[in-house]
Amino acid sequence: MTASVTLDCRGMRCPQPVVELARTAAGLGNCEVLLLADDPATEVDVPAWCRLRGATLLESGRDERQRWFRVAVSGEAQRGA
Amino acid sequence: MADSSVRTGDRLIADRTYLDATSTEPLRPAARAVLLAALDEGWADPARLHSEARRARLLYDNAREVVAAELRCRADEVSFPASGTAAVASGLTGLLRGRRRAGDVLVHTAVEHSAVLRVASQHAAAGGRCTSVPVAADGRVDVEDLTRALDQDGAAALACQWASLESSAVQPVETVARACAERELPWFADLAAGAGRLPVPSGWAVASASAHKWGGPAGVGVLVVRHGSRWRDPAPRDDRLDPRVPGYENVPAVLAAAAALQDMAGDADRARRQRHLSDRLRRELPRLVPATVVVGPDDERLPHVVSCSFLYVDGEALVHELDRQGLAVASGSACTASTLEPSHVLAAMGVLTHGNIRVGLTADTGPGDVDRLLSVLPGVVESLRERVGAPR
Repeated sequence: MTASVTLDCRGMRCPQPVVELARTAAGLGNCEVLLLADDPATEVDVPAWCRLRGATLLESGRDERQRWFRVAVSGEAQRGA
Repeated sequence: MADSSVRTGDRLIADRTYLDATSTEPLRPAARAVLLAALDEGWADPARLHSEARRARLLYDNAREVVAAELRCRADEVSFPASGTAAVASGLTGLLRGRRRAGDVLVHTAVEHSAVLRVASQHAAAGGRCTSVPVAADGRVDVEDLTRALDQDGAAALACQWASLESSAVQPVETVARACAERELPWFADLAAGAGRLPVPSGWAVASASAHKWGGPAGVGVLVVRHGSRWRDPAPRDDRLDPRVPGYENVPAVLAAAAALQDMAGDADRARRQRHLSDRLRRELPRLVPATVVVGPDDERLPHVVSCSFLYVDGEALVHELDRQGLAVASGSACTASTLEPSHVLAAMGVLTHGNIRVGLTADTGPGDVDRLLSVLPGVVESLRERVGAPR
């Protein structure tokens, strides 16, 4: 079973949403994270983090109030920053 | 009562390392000397007929000739608006006006200076069409995407910068020039980033630049409209020396701008030294600081610019902390801008926008300055990562 977690980072400014994502990923190992954010920088920085850290961006979207990112994290890739 | 008298800075800034040439290059000593001399000699109205006027006129014509020689165009094609931004607004808007019958599509790259993007917005608001051409992860435009955009019906002009002060990427300008020539489309070239630093490309119809980027004084933009370009002045025409720029000429400043350009462009050794220093930064930063993204291409780039992003770091805090330790750098991160939006250039490249710094080597930057940055940065980044609780 892969753990699934929702991370509400609305109201946080860069780089905090990406830091929260990384901390969650480091703590859970293999998992799927739904990240909610309203900082415009996440639109670029979450996909960039996924590429840098070997995670997979499964889906992303936005409406007027927020952005969301569904990220599959592999525990293997998170060891050693 | 508030003190309303004019003052200059009263505090000496000692032991500083200024590495923000992408924002502005310090005034070159050669330009300063020329500026002071020209304030005494070139103050009269160059449009009049008396001796004082003719002397000012001589200096003004000299400035045009020097700038024309460096930019590989003719002296009467060179104008000096008050800023690079004004040069873009007038140059690109005038080109679109001149091309109105040929088409209404402005093709531009996604990484143009905001001054170009503002002209594009205005063009769109007036009913024109715009096509933004994406760039690769290294900041260079994709030539196939570009030619496809130029081949669309109604293509009127291309705005493609020579190089970017944000990413350091130099665009494939020879290919761009050829693509435009084959289609008889005019190319608007923003030359601000590379003028005085690399050999200037040819093939453009209208170009812009800014003197303070090459160590000239503030308040001098450069607009070049090549003969034969369909360019219609967007502003009311003036009847002075240069109808493209309204108002009284700032002769001392434009002459100092020309002196600075000559000084910078004439020092081929400086570009070599800077490339060596920037190569070193690009090599050493990711080695000394874990999780560092170096921005821009390895080869096709400006010699004096290094941009990189540090994962999990707050860009604003990084600039402040480096400043506290005596180092002045710029940043493309959102938190350092007046808006919450990160640099549109970094966003278009899809590279990490937070924790970004932009190092701009000045003409006087030496190995010791780079050593200082390299010795301070790792510790600063580590403490900022700790502060936000980044995973190790």
